[in-house]
Amino acid sequence: MGRIHLHADGTEYHHDHDHPHDRDHHHDVGDHSGYAETGTVRVDILESLLSENDRVAEVNRSALTQAGVRAVNLMSSPGAGKTTLLKRTLRQLGASMRIGILEGDIATSLDADELDGAGARAIALVNTSAGFGGECHLDAVMVRAGMSRIPLDDIELLIIENVGNLVCPAEFSVGEHARAMVYAVTEGEEKPLKYPVMFRAADVVVVNKIDLLPHLDFDLVMFLSNLKAVNPSARVIHASARTG
Amino acid sequence: MHELSICDAILGTTIQRADGRPVTQVTVRIGHLRQVVPDALLFGWEVLTESTDLKGCELLVEQVPATVRCEECQDETTLEMPILACGSCGSFDVELLSGEEFLIVSMQVSEA
Repeated sequence: MGRIHLHADGTEYHHDHDHPHDRDHHHDVGDHSGYAETGTVRVDILESLLSENDRVAEVNRSALTQAGVRAVNLMSSPGAGKTTLLKRTLRQLGASMRIGILEGDIATSLDADELDGAGARAIALVNTSAGFGGECHLDAVMVRAGMSRIPLDDIELLIIENVGNLVCPAEFSVGEHARAMVYAVTEGEEKPLKYPVMFRAADVVVVNKIDLLPHLDFDLVMFLSNLKAVNPSARVIHASARTG
Repeated sequence: MHELSICDAILGTTIQRADGRPVTQVTVRIGHLRQVVPDALLFGWEVLTESTDLKGCELLVEQVPATVRCEECQDETTLEMPILACGSCGSFDVELLSGEEFLIVSMQVSEA
């Protein structure tokens, strides 16, 4: 399908699509206001805003796949229990599975320190404020930098602990094979509706802190139905990282 | 929340594609299901372009409503909330038609 633009001077521009088609294309809403201007010409770009990030993410993914490593991008809001869950996972699986951790944090090494000695083969810390502009998420370039400090041949699973944030990390692919999010029941049942991009991005949702349910008026059924409304295919795991 | 990094991506692509030609306007297309605040994007754009050759270049943000087609009643409806359900019959068995757009559409460059 070609695209034709008729400029004010009568020039016709044909644009053949030489890029892959995706759902982002929406040809009916083009802005044509610029055509009337004289002395300027419209140049079509039609490129994803995240194309550079996605390109680097693909490089990361191939490097991981080639080394036989599966990577999980672990996301959540601050305080949902990512680090505690990771620590528990390392304690339980660290002996039988070679796990590497890539720890994303804005400025501190607190989480990385907490995981130290829990059973990971390697831990790499990426501070998003160190040369990356204090970002609220990990992007593919940051993960690439962190990966260079992890001996990929020595591990089989890489868990990437993203910056605690329910908004930004969802938009940035980092080269992972799966996306998991930790969700604490203390966060309220309406969050899937308020942060749909994050909940839609997750392959797995770990519903954490379920040991607290008796003390809360959290409606688990309502939460699961809200989750299903934004992401019908997400796998749900109920857990308490603290009590097991 | 990451409007600045998005602006940075727009800036990078624009500068690369412009190849030295002066750019007067950049158009981006963003679906309602993306969590982008247009005002924050425009502000970020102004801040970032200030110190570059693109100073004064206008950023146009086209917003695309989220629409779905119902597999059950076949109706096409526009979502008022980010819940993937048919606006007519309420079924969750819907196909997303638009709303996830995240594109740099075009730029307007001065002819040499």
